[in-house]
Amino acid sequence: MANFYTDNDELRFHLRNPLMERICFLKERGYADKGKFDYSPQDYEDALDSYDKILEVVGQIAADVIDANAESVDIEEAHCENSRATYAKGTQENLDAMIKAGMNGVTMPRCYGGLNMPVTAYTMASELVSTADAGFDNVWSLQDCVETLYAFGNDEQRKKYIPRVCAGETMSMDLTEPDAGSDLQRVQLKATFDDANNCWRLNGVKRFITNGDADIHLVLARSEEGSTDGRGLSMFIYDKRDGGVDVRRIENKLGIHGSPTCELVYRNAKCELCGERRLGLIKYVMSLMNGARLGIGAQSIGLSQKAYEEALAYAKDRKQFGKAIIDMPPVYDLLATMKAKIDAGRSLLYQTARYVDIYKALDDIAMSRTLTPEERKEQKAYARLADAFTPLSKGMNSEYANQNTYDCIQVHGGSGFMMEYACQRLYRDARITSIYEGTTQLQVVAAIRYVTNGTYTNILRDLAAEDVIDEMKPLMARVSKMTDRLESVVNITKENQDPEYHDLMARHLYEIAAVTVMAGLLVKDASSAPELFSSSARVYVNLAEAEVAKHAVFVENFSVDQVADYRK
Amino acid sequence: MSLKIAVLAKQVPDTRNVGKDAMKEDGTINRAALPAIFNPEDLNALEQALRLKDRFPGTTVTMLTMGPGRAAEIIREGLYRGADEGYLLTDRAFAGADTLATSYAIATAIRKIGPFDLIIGGRQAIDGDTAQVGPQVAEKLGLPQVTYAEEILNLSEKARKVTIERHIDGGVETVESPYPLVVTVNGSAAPCRPRNAKLVQKYKRALGVQEKAAITKDGGVLPYSDLYETRPYLNIKELSASDVDADFSQCGLAGSPTKVKAVISISFQTKDSKRMTGSDNDVEGLVVELLSNHTIG
Repeated sequence: MANFYTDNDELRFHLRNPLMERICFLKERGYADKGKFDYSPQDYEDALDSYDKILEVVGQIAADVIDANAESVDIEEAHCENSRATYAKGTQENLDAMIKAGMNGVTMPRCYGGLNMPVTAYTMASELVSTADAGFDNVWSLQDCVETLYAFGNDEQRKKYIPRVCAGETMSMDLTEPDAGSDLQRVQLKATFDDANNCWRLNGVKRFITNGDADIHLVLARSEEGSTDGRGLSMFIYDKRDGGVDVRRIENKLGIHGSPTCELVYRNAKCELCGERRLGLIKYVMSLMNGARLGIGAQSIGLSQKAYEEALAYAKDRKQFGKAIIDMPPVYDLLATMKAKIDAGRSLLYQTARYVDIYKALDDIAMSRTLTPEERKEQKAYARLADAFTPLSKGMNSEYANQNTYDCIQVHGGSGFMMEYACQRLYRDARITSIYEGTTQLQVVAAIRYVTNGTYTNILRDLAAEDVIDEMKPLMARVSKMTDRLESVVNITKENQDPEYHDLMARHLYEIAAVTVMAGLLVKDASSAPELFSSSARVYVNLAEAEVAKHAVFVENFSVDQVADYRK
Repeated sequence: MSLKIAVLAKQVPDTRNVGKDAMKEDGTINRAALPAIFNPEDLNALEQALRLKDRFPGTTVTMLTMGPGRAAEIIREGLYRGADEGYLLTDRAFAGADTLATSYAIATAIRKIGPFDLIIGGRQAIDGDTAQVGPQVAEKLGLPQVTYAEEILNLSEKARKVTIERHIDGGVETVESPYPLVVTVNGSAAPCRPRNAKLVQKYKRALGVQEKAAITKDGGVLPYSDLYETRPYLNIKELSASDVDADFSQCGLAGSPTKVKAVISISFQTKDSKRMTGSDNDVEGLVVELLSNHTIG
């Protein structure tokens, strides 16, 4: 019987990363819950063993239920009836199975009914779900909006909503509007205070809202009359039980058909303010987005993993010119490249998740006591690393998901173009990953300052200074050369102050930094587990080196006066 | 209203995933090559029990299995999904049991740990495919039985009656029975719910006596050994033949009249074929032919 978790040693490897010991200690507050709940871990080993067993449960559901339903969900799609969104039959079955398995409110503290699992382990679960059906991952993993409610809601709101999420109620984040997509400062949905009933009311329209008919919504709305920018926006909690929000229509999309993308109409909908007024966009949505971007990284890896498995199976089976096509260099080149991108992307994704875990756990501890100076320093350092790595992981993994699903069809040849094979669904599902929760172009914007201020180069220098096995030393030396090139190219761009020139060069610098970081991380992982990663590390360093050279040459040969050729 | 339910489950070799080395040269099962799994239809049975527990709070679900020490895995799998406790019926005296001796042992154990309102098991196990144990348990306990069940629809405490939909050729049949009763569940019933993350963490260290002994023999250390005292539910209860006051002559090989004489692998081969239409003549001719060569009749 297939199990998407136990069958995937490359994924399992990341649960055993040395940073996990610190993460578990912080998340479990020194294992303080062990006498209070019969399902709390006793110590670090016990915690890891539990995560391993829980992920095995998810791997089983992913294989037996979610994957089995994926095709019918894609065909049936979510529907809109009587102003409500209805899931496809298979989506509802998937959700029921995950609820029965207790896989909701995964990262929430036990006192609210959660599992208190680290973000890293939760992200692994999300990858497994996405390997089976990326569209369903949206419905299930939007539960992580609760992290923002937990961090910024008041005690009453936590007690009211978090147990419901842990029991399986779904969530959505209502941000986008017809005229406010990437530019969320333009949000117009109006929030007014109703003095007579002592509550806030929402009026207006939201568009492209993933899982928009969820039980509990976090809504970005303009609470400050007369304001025009992001500082006039606040975040609200809308409870579907109170009514007032209808689904006007469901979008007809290229992919992720199981995930209902809704246009919502708010008619005097009662809601609660979450956190402080005016901090909606600048603080809370940034928190929501960072969580969601990590999630899209996981969704992308899941899609890439499935694409690789489908391509590999087909290439082994398909015979041309008297032999299996997998034995032909042009085909095994595609497959080895896919595998290397997945292994490198996964190293980046889980490194990011671990950074997020440490700073979030310390943030949480800071709510109940003052952090020690060392802890404060640790919190700051990891928060910065998480901010730097999240846009790399989201941007690169989503671009790789597109490339890998494209190559999956290529390996299938003409059959891949036919609707009978799963690869066409993967290809369609992958397309959105580099768009939503911030396009790749916006990930570049988020990451570029860490390129130019040396954050990535410092990390790469630290990585290169760590000991690796002899087999990996030549590869790490090549990564160091790539780091030198990154530094020199960044210095070239600093010679000119033209902002448009910088924006044009940003994507190239981003790509150089990203592939170099991924190469460094993968070589490090290959040093710990050569049996799993050494050939991927060699393949990826070849690829990354060529990418670095391509983008470096572009920047080196580009003169500022060429900007005009690009401007339309 | 709360019910007491027993779920009968068996650990079986995974005969659905048979590899090349599944059979030994003498035609017997090579158990080492086949992973031991929860008998599939017993999982359907467990789901029916857990649904009653969902519907009637306070209901308890007790797992009962017979097998060697490692069959405690079946109890754990039940606990992970929502069962409350479990018993492993285990004794060398039970070894080599056919369906008669198995149902004797199970009925005896139920008398000891019961009474139960419902005893629910799978229709049959994939290693023997007999579908005899459930019905024999019912007979031995003097209880009514409903076989091939697909769904327990209703249960009235006042009338002490249960309504069950059962699978029949070409459709379903709804039957009513008084309870206590024995129900055997068909594979077409709802699949079993997945393991629950909290319950997995709660019960992952639950062990039977023999499993603990296997860890501590040769000086091994039982991890987190103090938990077995502070959390009694981590000790999976084992019952021997004496514990259930069984008559040894009716147990295991001694109590099994079934003797396997030989196992022969038969593969059907087509020698010739006939074509016929749906006409009365052709149908009649076929019936006569099949009757005369004793294929039917």
